[in-house]
Amino acid sequence: MPKGSVAVTAERCKGCGFCVEFCPTHVLELSNAFNAKGYHPPHMVNAEKCSGCNLCGMYCPDFAIFGYRFPDAKNQKKEA
Amino acid sequence: MSTTADLHIHNPVEDVLRKERIPTIWCPGCGIGTTVNSFAAALLGQDIDLKKTAIVSGIGCSGRVSGYMALDSFHTTHGRAIPFATGLKLANPELNVIVYSGDGDLTSIGGNHLIHAARRNMDIMVVCVNNMIYAMTGGQAAATTPGNSITTTSPFGSFEPEICLPQLVDAAGAVFVARWTAYHVKQLERTMAKALKKKGFRFIEVLTPCPTLYQRRNNMGDGLAAMVDYKNRSKIRNGAPTYEVALEPGGEIVVGEFVDREREDYLTRMRRQLGTNYSELPPQPEEEEQEGCCSSC
Repeated sequence: MPKGSVAVTAERCKGCGFCVEFCPTHVLELSNAFNAKGYHPPHMVNAEKCSGCNLCGMYCPDFAIFGYRFPDAKNQKKEA
Repeated sequence: MSTTADLHIHNPVEDVLRKERIPTIWCPGCGIGTTVNSFAAALLGQDIDLKKTAIVSGIGCSGRVSGYMALDSFHTTHGRAIPFATGLKLANPELNVIVYSGDGDLTSIGGNHLIHAARRNMDIMVVCVNNMIYAMTGGQAAATTPGNSITTTSPFGSFEPEICLPQLVDAAGAVFVARWTAYHVKQLERTMAKALKKKGFRFIEVLTPCPTLYQRRNNMGDGLAAMVDYKNRSKIRNGAPTYEVALEPGGEIVVGEFVDREREDYLTRMRRQLGTNYSELPPQPEEEEQEGCCSSC
């Protein structure tokens, strides 16, 4: 069960690849799909590894991606 | 699985951005937006009154930052961001004034203003986004362009040595001098948060990639290649003497907080010298009366 996820606003993306390169758990990859301007926005390939740390959001120069933690992730950890 | 709509969350940076102006004009691979993320996080993470925060920019790619931030913004003439900010600060001493501009604007065209604002210890924070070139105006060589670089005004390679900005502002008298790259997002956020709370002339240099006008002409790859290069070449040395931090092509990039000292700022000195006749203090909020048991009675 992943601790978090990322949200991508594909139309803002310019395909620079900063989020893919610097994701600490290598969750992201540039997809083959195009956005309206012809760039390849990122998508999640290892969604179960995402910790929701928002480092991708800190690197994104176009404010097109951000990470968030699931509110129940903390409780699950406690139970386990 | 929870989605963003279910959780009612949005990109935290958007709270201080003018969303209607996005997408930005910056090239793919440009690092200016990354520095804006750190700046926005520093602003939001602090107990700062955003209504009393003003951002001033000159001309250039990084000059666009003032237009994208949902703060009181001031987009000024080329090289004159610091003089405008000085006037703003002197007219409204309660404002927290931030100058966010590029290396060509702040250090080449407006180089003298930078030196003298640091000498006066004007109470402003200056973020210099250093992409080594005049980018928006067409890729001309700036004072920060490294030797042997090919630019539109130096097609055979520039032969001028570049300026070392931390050493310059340190010598001129800045109270806080730091340098980071666009790769160091978290460290940059912490440094900006620290600088926002400090009084006096605070200078932060941020190295960013310029894939379109600097790296393309010099066969240095794209923006991502520059970011990986920053990751490999940078070395954190907090408190390093600024005469040791000059950038060398291919050499290590010394980053960190170099100078953090206390000095009287311009307004304090002016008030002491001239008295309140020439430099009135802003109206202070009236103190609540100490008499009585509590506010409700």
